Amino acid sequence: MKRPPKHAPSRIASTDDLRAFQRMMASAITRPLTADDKLQPRWIDGRAMDKVAAEFIKPNDRLTSFERLQLYNRMYWFRLFDAIRDDCPGLLAALGERAFGRLTQAYLARHPSRSFTLRDLCSRLERFILEEPRLTAPRTALAAEIARFEWAQTVAFDGPARPVIAASHLARTPPSRLRIGLQPYITLLELRHPIDTYVIAVKRRDALRSEASNTPGAAAVHRAFRRAALPRPRRTHVAVHRHNNRLFYKRLDPAAFRILEALGSGSTLSRAIAAGGPRVTPAQVKAWFGSWMALGWFCAYGNKRRRAAS
Amino acid sequence: MPANRFNGHSDYGIGIGLRVPHYSHILSKKPVVDWFEIISENFMVEGGRPLQLLDTILEQYRVVQHGVSMYFGSADKPDRTHLKRLKGLVKRTKTPWLSDHLCWGSVDGTYTHDLLPMPYTFAAARRTAEKIRQIRDYLEVPICVENVSSYAEFHASEMTEWEFLTEVVELADCGILLDVNNIYVSSKNHGFNPYDYVNNVPHHRVGQMHIAGHTKFEKYILDTHDHPVLDPVWKLYAHATRLCGITATLLEWDDKIPSFDEVHGEALKANEFIDGAKKAAV
Ligand SMILES: [Fe+2]
Repeated sequence: MKRPPKHAPSRIASTDDLRAFQRMMASAITRPLTADDKLQPRWIDGRAMDKVAAEFIKPNDRLTSFERLQLYNRMYWFRLFDAIRDDCPGLLAALGERAFGRLTQAYLARHPSRSFTLRDLCSRLERFILEEPRLTAPRTALAAEIARFEWAQTVAFDGPARPVIAASHLARTPPSRLRIGLQPYITLLELRHPIDTYVIAVKRRDALRSEASNTPGAAAVHRAFRRAALPRPRRTHVAVHRHNNRLFYKRLDPAAFRILEALGSGSTLSRAIAAGGPRVTPAQVKAWFGSWMALGWFCAYGNKRRRAAS
Repeated sequence: MPANRFNGHSDYGIGIGLRVPHYSHILSKKPVVDWFEIISENFMVEGGRPLQLLDTILEQYRVVQHGVSMYFGSADKPDRTHLKRLKGLVKRTKTPWLSDHLCWGSVDGTYTHDLLPMPYTFAAARRTAEKIRQIRDYLEVPICVENVSSYAEFHASEMTEWEFLTEVVELADCGILLDVNNIYVSSKNHGFNPYDYVNNVPHHRVGQMHIAGHTKFEKYILDTHDHPVLDPVWKLYAHATRLCGITATLLEWDDKIPSFDEVHGEALKANEFIDGAKKAAV
C-alpha cells in the first residue's frame, strides 16, 4: 500500500480523494496492535492518534473517533490471526502462543494480504521465518519446515489439477526424449525433521482437545494435551498431495524423491531415473512409477506450475 | 420484489447459506431447501474438494452466489484475475443473480478482508456505480448490492446511508440486496431510525433480502451472525416485505453454527412475517 496522505481529505470530490481517504483508513486499521490489543496511541508521524482519528471519523454519544477506529483495527487483526491459526496448527504448537503471536504479527505487518482470498495468507511465511530468524530462535529451521509443509497442504487441498497423462503416451516416446510433468497440487519436500508425523500428532491432539472441551473434566484433559512432542531431526522425504480430493502425505524413498524432483524440474525420463543413483534397480523404478501413475501424479510436461496469486 | 430484472426474473423463496458443518447432513439426507447461497470466494479455487462438493450440490439444488471481496467501493480498478475466476464460477453455478457489498476493503492491491463503510459522497457514489456497471458487463449477470453494518461514520459524508445506496443503485441501474439486520445494527450504532432507511430506498430494485442475528455490547452492536434473528429485525423484515413484496430471503448464520435443521427452521420463520405482504397483495 502506498503511504497515506498527511491528513485525510476533508472533502471527497474525486476518485483520487477517495483513494487518499482509503489509504488513510486502511493504514490505520492495519497498523499492529499494542501489547494489550489496542490501537496505537501515536500515528506514524508521531501525532496523537485520537487527534488523527477525529480528523476523519465522527464520534457518537458512546464512542470516540479513536474507539470507533480501534474497533476496525482489532477486527482486522483478530480476523487475520484466526485465519493464520487455522492454516498453521503445527507451527502454533511448535512455537507456543506467545512466539507464534509475535511471528504472525511481524509477518502480516511486513506482508499484508495481497489476495482477495485469505487462503493465500501464508504463502510467504516460510521465507519470512528464514529472513527474520530472531522471531523463532532457537527453532528457526524447524519452524520454517513446518511453515513450508503447512503451505503445501493448502496447495494440495485446492490447487489446480492437469489432465492425467496416459500410460500409452509414456510408452510411445523414448525415455531419452520423454519429459513428464508433475501435478501442480503436489509439493515434494526434503525435510530435516519428520514434519508429517508431527503435524498428524498435533491435529489429533487438537481434535481430542475440542472433543474433550465438550465433556466434564475438560480442564484436566486440556492440560494433558498441551504439547505434542517436538520432532527430533531425521531426514524425511515426503510428497504432500491429494487423492480422490482428500489430503495425503506420502513418504518417499530418497532415490524416488530425487527421480520425481528431476522430472518436476524438466529432466528427461532417462536422466531423472539416473538422478535416482546407481543403486536403484529396474524393479524399484517399475514399482514406483506404477504407484505414481495409479495416484494420477503425472501430467503433460510444459504446463506451468501455476499458483494462486501470492 | 419477487421476480424482477435484478434477480434474473427468478422467484426464489427462503434459503440458507451453504456452510461446511452442514455438508455431510446435506449430502446424506438431501433435505428440501428452496435455495442455497454460497460465498463465491470459497469456490474460486482451481481444483480439489471445494469444486467437487459444489458440483454435487448443483446437481440437486439452486445456488445463488454471494461475494465478500469485490469491493465495489474501493477506488482501485477491479482485479482482472479475480473477475476471470468469478466469471468461471458464474458459468458453473448459473447463478440467476450475484450479490456483493456496498463497501470498500482494499487499496493499492492490499486487502483488509473487511467490509468497510463508504464515505457517503457523490463522487464516491459515481465511482462505485461505474465499477458495478463494468463488473456486471463483464460477468453478464444481474448484480444486487448489499448494505453493510458499520461502526464508524465519516466527516466527509454528504448524505445519509440510504441516500447513498439509492444514488449508487440508480446510477448503476442495479439491484439491492437489502440486509435488514445490517440496517438495524447500523441504526443502533449511528442513532437513526431503521424505518426511515427501509421506507426511503427504491423498493422496486430490491432483488433479495438478508436476515441474521447480531450481538449487543455495552456501547455498540456487532453484526456477528451467530444467533437466531432478533425480534426487532423480524419486525423490520415484515415491514420491508410489505413495501417491496415477497422477496428471495436468506438467513445468514456464520459462527457458532447449530444443526442444519435448527438453521433451516430459523430461516423458515420468515414465512410467519410475510403473511402481511401476502394479504396486501390479494
Ligand atoms: Fe448480509
